[in-house]
Amino acid sequence: MSKIEINNIYKIFGNNPKSVMQMVRDGATKEEVLEKTGHTVGLDNVSLKIEEGETFVCMGLSGSGKSTLIRHLNRLIDPTDGEVLVEGTNVMSLNNQELIDFRRHKMSMVFQRFGLFPHKTVIQNVGYGLEMQGKQDQERNKIAMEKIEAVGLNGFEHQYPNQLSGGMQQRVGLARALATDTDIMLMDEAFSALDPLIRSDMQKQLIDLQSQLKKTIVFITHDLDESLRLGDHIGILNAGKLVQVGTPVDIVMNPADEYVTAFVKDVNRAKVLKAKVIMTPANGAQPTGSSRLKVHEDQFLEEFLPKIVLKDIVVEVVDKAGNIKGYITDKELQKSLSK
Amino acid sequence: MNSLIKKNKKLIFNLGLLLIFIWLLVISYSSSKRKPENVGELLTDFSWLGKWPKWLDLPLMKWINIGFKNLNENYGYIFEAINNFLLYLLISLKNFLIQAPWPAVVLGVTLIAYFASGRKIGTTVFVGVCTFFIGFLHPIFWQKAIETTAIMVISIFLCLIFGLPIGILMSRAERIRNKILPILDLMQTIPAFVYLIPGIMLFGLGAVPAIIATFIYAVPPLVRLTDLGIRLVDKEVIEAADAFGASRKQKLWGVQMPLALPNIMQGINQCTMMALSMVVIASMIGTRGLGDEVLLGLQQLNVGRAAEAGIAIVLLAIVLDRITQSYGETLQQRQSPVKKDKNNV
Repeated sequence: MSKIEINNIYKIFGNNPKSVMQMVRDGATKEEVLEKTGHTVGLDNVSLKIEEGETFVCMGLSGSGKSTLIRHLNRLIDPTDGEVLVEGTNVMSLNNQELIDFRRHKMSMVFQRFGLFPHKTVIQNVGYGLEMQGKQDQERNKIAMEKIEAVGLNGFEHQYPNQLSGGMQQRVGLARALATDTDIMLMDEAFSALDPLIRSDMQKQLIDLQSQLKKTIVFITHDLDESLRLGDHIGILNAGKLVQVGTPVDIVMNPADEYVTAFVKDVNRAKVLKAKVIMTPANGAQPTGSSRLKVHEDQFLEEFLPKIVLKDIVVEVVDKAGNIKGYITDKELQKSLSK
Repeated sequence: MNSLIKKNKKLIFNLGLLLIFIWLLVISYSSSKRKPENVGELLTDFSWLGKWPKWLDLPLMKWINIGFKNLNENYGYIFEAINNFLLYLLISLKNFLIQAPWPAVVLGVTLIAYFASGRKIGTTVFVGVCTFFIGFLHPIFWQKAIETTAIMVISIFLCLIFGLPIGILMSRAERIRNKILPILDLMQTIPAFVYLIPGIMLFGLGAVPAIIATFIYAVPPLVRLTDLGIRLVDKEVIEAADAFGASRKQKLWGVQMPLALPNIMQGINQCTMMALSMVVIASMIGTRGLGDEVLLGLQQLNVGRAAEAGIAIVLLAIVLDRITQSYGETLQQRQSPVKKDKNNV
């Protein structure tokens, strides 16, 4: 059973969404529907599965429905049709109180513009989810302090959000989401409002945290580099339709349609491809060549590319134990880097 | 059958309105004393198309007067109870303030200003001086100002009790808002004298109809700004509260109300100012206070007296405005305490 399962979700915005359903089911495009009925199609038959412990990145341009999609997971938005299963429970079937409990214990969320409470201090903000869970002051502050330390904000706990920089505010948002210790974390363009250096910093912090915590993260972004860096799987949305789901390598090497192709056209492949993806497995003949370089199978191409280019070196790809899994020569390099 | 009704809901509604209109026409015709001998005359003699005919007169005045009389006769005890209760509150407050030594009252007002403004010395001193000058202008103004203030405080108290919950309700349900907005418009546009008169008939001359009239006049801005303040709270902040599983109650009191507070304080400030202007008008129905000094000056053509009383009213307005306004500013600063450290620059 997948951690999260989304089955045939439709979301239509307008006065009478149900009336347009048949038209959308019959395959009318977003533009047609808007012109004929004045309704906007937010999501059009989206289905996907997200496994436990993975980071699933949902990517698309603005207006593609990605923020709408993530809000269906904790029902900040109700779908027009379809179902959302979280750990096998249909979120749509929850009544008010069950929904509140579900949000308190199963999911936490990080927002694009942080969504911090301006009238609460950092520690009160971080403790908000715990407060909702009904934890007492003392326990709440203890956990909140731990999380504040985890995101590196010690000493700021009694400041108000407006006194912090954007990057620090988002750390508070992250700490607040971590504090409730939910299995699932939703991140809605969490780093999009930050400047590039801080963004890259926060991405690293998230990767580090995730390697310890192993949460199921659903991450929304419009930035391809970010999605390639963070995602175990990536889903690409275009005009409310899910056009491709796959690993970063899948997306870059085998784009499903023109839209995805255009998206990945300018990506730096060396950043995405790992040694184990492009190597020729070591079960056949060994390539000749005296100068050798050992690299770990999970290393990205860009990390060892400068060392081998133009030097006629054979790369031996090894696993943790040092066993040779495969080889990379100029031939593999050329194949992987040409479009 | 049901679906048929549902489909033609609008048509049926409009037909109903048309029926009511025709019924009103018939009623006004048949109840008029100045109608022609028989209806047939209307079809032979067309002079009624020239000047507005006397019989085309909706007897609304008669209805209201009858209804009002019934109300007074049958439910008078309710109004008497309200009257007694409000009068009791008013007199206790008034007597307390009048019997207190005046320096203590000046000091008290100054202290309130001090804490409300977040310990700003400038505002505090200003408010203190203004308060002193009310009595300094004319000793009799001191007592009159206290009478005026007491009526205002009770009215504003009523405004808060009714205005805040209505504002909150409006912010939460579109349907309620759509129903209440026209009522608020009505309350703000009907000339004050129109409801001063029934006020007198229900509650007698004096302070209580003034309180009721002031309430009607001053509550709309508070309701509007409460509603607006709550709805203006950042959508993402509300989403955050939802996402972490806040119930409606927790969201309202923990997030929406604190963040709407600066706007609500602005509403209270507006409410105060409008209440003051109404209390002055209410002197026309025999409410005692600063307003009746203006009225006296007017009747005696004593420019000086009217001007002095006018200035006293302005001073009172300044005092009340500064206190409520600066409290709002203090709240706002607490919420966005970015530029607190001016000295560091």
